[in-house]
This record gives sequence, structure tokens and C-alpha cells, in this order.
Amino acid sequence: MRDQLKSILEEATKQLRNASTMEEQEELRVKFLGKKGELTKILRSMGSVGAEERKAIGKLANETREEIERIIAVRKEELKAVQQKARFNAEALDVTEPGRPPKVGVRHPITRTIDEMTRIFMNMGFSLVEGPEIETVFMNFDALNAGPNHPSRDMTDTFYISEDVLLRTQTSPVQARTLLAQKPPIRIISPGRVFRSDTPDATHSPVFHQVEGMVVGENVTMADLKGTLAEFARQMFGRDTKTKFRPHHFPFTEPSAEVDVSCFKCGGKGCRVCKGSGWIEILGCGMVHPDVLKVGKIDTEKYTGYAFGIGAERIAMLKYEVDDIRLFYENDERFLKQFR
Amino acid sequence: MLVSVNWLKDYVDIDVPVDEFCERMILSGSNIETVEPMGTSFTNIVVAKILEIKPHPTADKLVLCMLDIGQEEPIQVVTGAPNVFEGATVPVILHGGKLPDGTVIKKGKLRGEVSNGMLCSAAEMGYDDKVINVLIRDGIWILDDDLVPGTPISEALGLEDSVVDFEITPNRPDCLSMIGMAREAACVFGKELRYPDITPQNEEENVSDYISVEIRKPDLCPRYTARVIKNVKIGQSPWWMQKRLMHAGMRPINNIVDITNFVMLEYGQPLHAFDIRNIKGGKIIIDTAADNDVITTLDGEERKLDSTMLTINDTERHIALAGVMGGLNSEIQEDTTTVILEAANFNADSIRFTSKKTGLRTEASGRYEKGIDANLCDKAADRFCRLVEMLGCGTVIGGIVDEYPQVQEARPLDVRVSRINKVLGTDISGEEMESIFRSLEMETSRDGDIIRVTPPTVRQDLNIEEDYVEEVARIYGYDKMPETLPSGGAVAGLTDAETVRVAARSILNSFGLDEIMTYSFVSPKSVDKVNLPEDDEYLRNFVRIINPLGEENSVMRTILAPSMMEVLSRNFAKGNKAAKVFEIGKVFNNSVINEEGLPKEEEKLCIGLYGKADFFELKGYLEKLFEILGIQDVRFTAVTTDPMYHPGRCAAVMAGDETVGRMGEIHPDVAERYGLSERVYLCELSFSWIIEQKDMDIVYRPLPKYPAITRDIALTVAEAIPVGEIRDLILRNGGAILESAELFDVYRGKQIEEGRKSVAFALTFRHPDRTLTDEEVSEDYERIISTIESTYSAELRKM
Repeated sequence: MRDQLKSILEEATKQLRNASTMEEQEELRVKFLGKKGELTKILRSMGSVGAEERKAIGKLANETREEIERIIAVRKEELKAVQQKARFNAEALDVTEPGRPPKVGVRHPITRTIDEMTRIFMNMGFSLVEGPEIETVFMNFDALNAGPNHPSRDMTDTFYISEDVLLRTQTSPVQARTLLAQKPPIRIISPGRVFRSDTPDATHSPVFHQVEGMVVGENVTMADLKGTLAEFARQMFGRDTKTKFRPHHFPFTEPSAEVDVSCFKCGGKGCRVCKGSGWIEILGCGMVHPDVLKVGKIDTEKYTGYAFGIGAERIAMLKYEVDDIRLFYENDERFLKQFR
Repeated sequence: MLVSVNWLKDYVDIDVPVDEFCERMILSGSNIETVEPMGTSFTNIVVAKILEIKPHPTADKLVLCMLDIGQEEPIQVVTGAPNVFEGATVPVILHGGKLPDGTVIKKGKLRGEVSNGMLCSAAEMGYDDKVINVLIRDGIWILDDDLVPGTPISEALGLEDSVVDFEITPNRPDCLSMIGMAREAACVFGKELRYPDITPQNEEENVSDYISVEIRKPDLCPRYTARVIKNVKIGQSPWWMQKRLMHAGMRPINNIVDITNFVMLEYGQPLHAFDIRNIKGGKIIIDTAADNDVITTLDGEERKLDSTMLTINDTERHIALAGVMGGLNSEIQEDTTTVILEAANFNADSIRFTSKKTGLRTEASGRYEKGIDANLCDKAADRFCRLVEMLGCGTVIGGIVDEYPQVQEARPLDVRVSRINKVLGTDISGEEMESIFRSLEMETSRDGDIIRVTPPTVRQDLNIEEDYVEEVARIYGYDKMPETLPSGGAVAGLTDAETVRVAARSILNSFGLDEIMTYSFVSPKSVDKVNLPEDDEYLRNFVRIINPLGEENSVMRTILAPSMMEVLSRNFAKGNKAAKVFEIGKVFNNSVINEEGLPKEEEKLCIGLYGKADFFELKGYLEKLFEILGIQDVRFTAVTTDPMYHPGRCAAVMAGDETVGRMGEIHPDVAERYGLSERVYLCELSFSWIIEQKDMDIVYRPLPKYPAITRDIALTVAEAIPVGEIRDLILRNGGAILESAELFDVYRGKQIEEGRKSVAFALTFRHPDRTLTDEEVSEDYERIISTIESTYSAELRKM
């Protein structure tokens, strides 16, 4: 019987080595180790053997079984590896084929620009306020110290609905409304759509967008205005951006300034974007005129304030090097998709 | 304001290069539009004298000129200009020279004759047609005889100059003058301001023997001065004066007119010259016109007047429209010998209205309407007389007629050093502030914190303390002021509306939709183009613009759909295979006016699709948008009567009983009108409603602890029965354990009777507290089936 067990082990080892599929291997397992398998047959025929010998044969049979099982396990691993390799070969992809892109839409470039400006000012503590696009002449002009003879009130510059109602030419009326509704401290920005009577061409649009801001409080200084806008410019155009404040005149601020930033395309060396000057004008600003504060019955001795206004289209045109403002309102998909 | 730097140097020493001059002027508040270099934009143009003119042997219209250009041998140049003559001094561009327009001149033959260069006109040398003297406008520039042949032309004429175009803001009319700009420059560069010589040397007789002045409307004419010149010889001004006028953008005409323009540019005070022969009664009367009066102005136009318009009159008739334009009846002529010179001050508003009403804008009216210092009248009149003497074109009559009923007084103001520093955030000393004020020709006296400042009367812009804050700031230098951030924290936030807009844009972008922006004004016909019914009075109640750019932009839109269709149409026309876009924008309606008198503004969302799109794609976008924004209980009901849409493919978006929008396939006739041969899907709904309804709060629901049992159900029903109704019926009759009923198939065709459709739902049952048994689910399931069967004559299909 010992010889039989030995030959079963040898036979199983040999046949398992030749088994090339999982199925063949399973057949061999049943053949040798199954309930009706060869090893079981031997164990069943052990009745004629003495107790001592039986114990020894039993041990040997168990060892044989364990050995066959071990061989099966090893072979299984080997076979799995072979099969996987074949599958991987069959399934290999050309990874240079293009991917399947999901459809993703884009914000309008002007929205994108306004969102970015809003984010920067919000981080500096400015809250958003909104107002109507059709405004009273009072809010758009009188409250902002643009007297009855101010040229901006002209029919050639401003769209009128009636003698007292117009399409707002700036988002500053929102500032006037805020001064009427809130007490200092005030720190707001008002992004929105504005209208001027300009025939559309590459640099003019009768509809455009502004982001205007205003701060009113105790001890608000022109130095604060400079600091705020210099920080805005750095965040909007890059950390190395420099700002230059040039004196100017606006009816609703005194003193007033226009602000240039060092050209963010060439770093100030002079290029097409800055027309060779190294500087780009981006906004107007100043200290809120006391006559404007008085509209909100604000004590002009105690409180001071500053205000600024930025054209969103201008910033977008500069930043994205768009050379025709009309592109923003034509909405050609091939244009829009570039603002990913 | 065009400022010749050479001319400016007459009043103030400028010893820095032009670049630096400009930079420092800009930083002190005199902004610059452009800087134009003069006399350097061409090469190789020299003075030539025409020695002889011979006919061209083969060309009638050409002649041969032998020119002395300062070399041993004369040279020959062919020209076609009609105004050349022997002995004339002219500019010639020689071989290899370049004109301002880039043309390079080479010697060659013209119709067989050698030409060594080209005689030049002023236009060819780069001067604008509107500044060229009419005498030389249509031919070669005839120069003064005393120029030396061969001299480079820029040197001979002193052309080299820089013309700086200053942007003068409306608060600084005083800077619309050479002296005004010189005052700024003197302050910026710390130099002395030199005033011109205004004292006539040889006066004869007395002006009162010639003329008297009566102001009948002192409110409209605060001051009127007049001087008289006799023995006038009208002729050309000397080149130095012509050049200054040309560089300032004005055309030289004759000596008297040129001097009036020169003094206007110098002082900012307009002058007008009358021929005394045409002044009846020896008296000038300033008064308003009567309604329906007329005057023929210098330009030959007859102007209708009214009782608000100020006129200059003699004892019989109007002789000028005050401050705007002179009358043709009193114009200076070639043979004028005695001139009355007017230097007057008029009310700015009055001049503006007259200019506006008559549609006549002149150099003078443009200055008067911005406001002029009345104290300039006599100085400008005197300067005119002095220049007449210097040019030798007349004899000055002694004395000046000066009616000055409303004297422009100096206006001192007390300003506080502490306040100026407080507003600026600076620490500038009182001494430094005083020195800044004085450098601007202001008088000062200081008592501790208070400085009493008295500005010159030309500075009418200085009225309150803040105006002086600006003067200190701009001269001290904005660049020297510190940069700080406002003290104190502030809590920032978006408005609710903007929060929802940001969310909605991001959601719609994630669906693959691009955002668009269109104009807020449209043509009133745009609503017809999308088939808006004629009787829709609400959406046709436009807010109208009084002064639109054109009919196509004349009303504020009441709906977004036409603008959306335009955008889709444009994309289609440009060959874009698909466009899937949305706009969030305002519409306006004149039917609802608020207490401020402003029309209703409502925000709308419009989505437009073409190119591999369908109805349910669009509907899916809306459903998902509502789901993400937490808007519940929105229903879609069929609409068959909206002419903008396909009658079988249109739905109303309903919230309760309220219609908040429409969606569907655009009617093919409408699409065709926009040139779209594809199917177009569009929805427009109230975004203001979305803003109100949105519920961004999310409350977590515990995950189910017990398994669900799913049963499918398939039925055939009549085609006309909407699946939405069947689903509602299932949910209503499903019982407590029915969790959901999802439509997963609608089938028509094989095995289904004509006129019927098969619909299949997946029903999910679940109990929150225990595992369900098949028996209890079957009970509910059977009841659902029998309810549908009886309600819709449905037949169960075997799954």
C-alpha cells in the first residue's frame, strides 16, 4: 500500500504538471482526491491492514493528500498568471486614442471677469449690492453731484426713458441708494450692467458692465484707497503689478484719480497691449464728494469715504487680449468655448 | 487742448526733455492724450528758389522748374502744380527724401524730362488740411522770400516742436489756454510764470469818440469791453504767428483774425472783431432777441432767434449771436480800415442753451459754456492791441470801453491743515501746503491749523475744502502718499440673488451649456419674429427709449427668446454644428411702475439648443436644475396654443397654479425666419421665481436599514394618456410602502395595437422598520394594477 500511495503521488505530480487549464486541473483533483478518487479508494481498502500499520498508512495517506493539494495550489497560481497574461495581451489598448470628454459648459467671459473681481473685493470685506438697471435721473446724476449741466447727462451720451427716468450709465446709483439706506461703516461693491449711447465698434458698446465699490467710515483715507486698489491690482494681474495714480476729475469724487497698472503682459517694458507705454489705464476712483455723502445725510466731518469704478469689458479685453468688444455680445460658440 | 511746447516756453522755462515734461504734467493732473513731434517726420526737404520755369516739351500740364538749392548748379524738377512762379521760394524734397506718409522720392524722368525731386505742398509735409492757409492749400507751399536756398526746411521754418494734446477736464476751463497751462507747468517745475506784454505803446485819440456800450441784460453779460483800431491793413500774419496757430490746430486766415485767435488761445478769452462801418448809431447794445427774430451768421446761415438768446446789436439790428458767432452784416472785409474789438464775458448756461438750440458750436461757444473769468476781458483786449502794433497792421485808439456790472471777486476760503491730512492719510506740514498754494498763484495766510487761501479768479473750480485737498494731493504727488488698507474688519457677503445666479450658472455649465450675454434693448418687431400673439398686451407693453441708437435697439426687451434666437441663428450661420447655451438676464415691463416711477424688472432664464438636441434633453436640464436648487413640485403640462412653439411639443412649467415658464420645440416657421433649418429647443422661465424658491439647505435622510422589493409593471394604454398622469395615479394609490415609481420604457410598434402604447414602470416598495414579505407587496401591487386598468382601460402585459 505504501507503494501504491507513492505511485499515486508520482502520478498526480506528473499529470498536474501537464494540466494546462483550470478545468483539467479540477478533473485531476477529483480523480486523485475526490470522494471516489484514487486516494479514497486506497483508504477504503485499509480494512485488511493491522492497527499499527493502519495508523502509519493513514499518516502517509494524509501526507500524500497534503502534498497533492499543495501541488494543486501552486499550479493554480501558475495557471492563473498564464491566463491573465493572455487576457492582458488580448485587451491591450492604444492609449494614444483620444479620450471621451464630458460636455462641460463655460461662463461668459464677462461673468468670469466680474466673478474674479467680486472674489477679490469680498476677501477684502466688501459686500455685494444690486440695484435697478432702469434708474431715476436723480439717482444716476443728481445724487452723484453731476449737476443739471453736466455733459454726461446729454441725450447724445445717455439713453432716456422719460425726463426723469433713464438707463443707468454707471452702477454708482447703487452707491447712492446704499447711502440712503445704510449707516456707516459701509463697504460695498456693485457689479452690473450699464448703458451709454455709443454706436458699437471695436472699442465701444452701448451695453457694458461695471464693478463699482465704495467705503465710508471714520478715518477712511486716500491712502486706504491707494492700498485697496494696489492690492486688487496685484491679485487681479499678478503679485508684481505696480499701480500709478494720476489726478483726474469726476463729479462724485474729490480728489479724484485714474489708475494705471504696470503692463501685465510685458511687465512694463512696452508691448502691443500697453501700446508701448508699459502702463495700462484700468479704473477711475477718488474720495467720495461731500455733496454725495450729504445725500445720505451722513456727517461729512465725522465720516469720509472712497469710491472706484472698473469697466469689466475693459479688464476682460486687456486680460484675454480680445481686440473687439462686440465679440462679447455676438456669443459665437467658438469664442465662448475659449474661456474654459 | 493742443499745446506747442515751443510756444509754452514763451511763458515758462522748461528745461527738461519732452518725455519728462509730459510725465510730470500727467502726475500733477494734466492728463495727456497724445504727443506729436513736429518737423521731424520727413527727411531731405530743403528751401529752393525757382530761377526759371520752362514748358514741358511733351506734357501740357507739367512744367520744368530750375531751382537754386544753394549748390553751384541749379537742379531741374518737374511739377504739375499751377501756383508756381519764377522767383518763388518753395520747399523741395530731394532724391532719397522721405515724406511723412512713407513715400520715398527718387530722381527719375517724368514724361522724358529729368526730375531731381518734388516740390512740396503743406499737406505733403504732414499738415492737416484744416490748418493750412487757403492761399497755399491747393498747390505748392509758397514760403517767405528771405529764406536761404539749401537750408533744411525744418531749420528754415523752425518747424521742430512737440505738440502735446492735453485732456482738459470740465472743472478746469482755465487750462484751455496757453497761460493756464503755463501756470500749471510753472508750479510743477518750480519756475516763474512770465506774462506777455499787453501794453500798447502808441495810442491815438479816445475810444469814447468811436463807440459806446450798453448792457441791458447784466445777468447774461457780466462784462463787455471794447477797443478800437484804425488804419487797419488786412494782410497775412508773419510766419511765427501762423505756425503757432497751425500747431494749435487752427488755420491762419488774415492778420486781424489770426490775432483774435492767437489771443483766445493765449488767454482763453474769445475775441470778436467788427467792422465799424457796419455798426449803426455808434453804439453796441447787449440784449436778448425777440421771438422769431433772425440773424445771418458768418457761415451764411440764417438763424431763427428767441427771447432767451443773447445778441450783440447796434441801434438798429442784431450784429452777432453773443458768444457763439458773429453776424455776416458786420464781418471784417478785405478793405476794412477801422475795427471794433469785443472782449466780453457771457453767462455760461445762456451760451450753452443758445448753442444747443441753434445747433451751432464754435471755438468761442465751447469756451464760454465752460465758464471764463470776467477779469480776463481787458487783458485780452489790450494784448490784441499790442499785437496789432507789433505786427504793424493798425493804429490803436486810446482807452477801453469797459462795462462791468457784475464783478468777478476773489473768493478766499479757510482750509484746515489737519483735515487735509486726515482725508489723505498723510502728514504734510502747513508750510508745505502754503508753498503748494502759492506756486499755483494763490495768496495765503496761516493761523495755526487754518490757512486762508485766495485763488486767482481764473480758478473757478475751487469752492470747498475738498477742492483744496485735491490741489495739495496732486502737487504733493499721489505717488508719495502711503498705501494702507481701511481699518476695522467687515463681514462680506453676496446677495441672495447673486448666490442663486452663481449656483445656477455652475449647474447649467455642468450640463454642458455655455453662458451668453445679449443687449437689453431690442427691436419692437423682435416679438413678432417669435410669433408673440398680437393681442398679448402685457408682453407688448415695452419700456421705450426716447433716443435709441436705432429702431433695432429702441425698446427694452420683455422676453429673452428673440435675443436667444438671434444668437442661435448667428452660430448656425457661422457653421457651428451645435449650440447649447443659456442666458440669465433682466426683462422690463411698462405695465407695472413702482413708487419711484421705475418699470418692473424681472430676471429670466432662457436656454436654447440646436444640434443633436431634443425635447427631453431640455426638460431634463430643467428638472435637474430644480432638483439641485431644491425646488420641488414643479409640473409640466402640455400647451398646444403657443404659436412660438411646435403645438405638439410645448409645455408650461407650473408651480402650483402659477405658470413660471414655457419650454418646447420652436415652431418650424419661427426657426425658418431665423435661418435655422435644424430643430431648435428653447425654454424661458422666471429666474426671479427661482431665486425666491431655491432651498439650498440640505438635511440628511438616514440610509434605509431594510431591503426593498422591486416589481415591474407593463401596460398598454391609449396613445393620448400622458405617462405623467399614470405615474401620479400610481403614487396616489400606492399605499404607505410604495417608495417610488420610475418610468423606464415607452414602446410603440410590433405587438402593440395601433393607437396604443406600452408603458413600463419599476415600482420600489420598502418598509422603514422591517423586511417586507412578498405577500404584503403583492397586495399593494395588485391594487395598483387594477386601479390603472379601470381608470385608463389599460391592459396588463406579461413581463
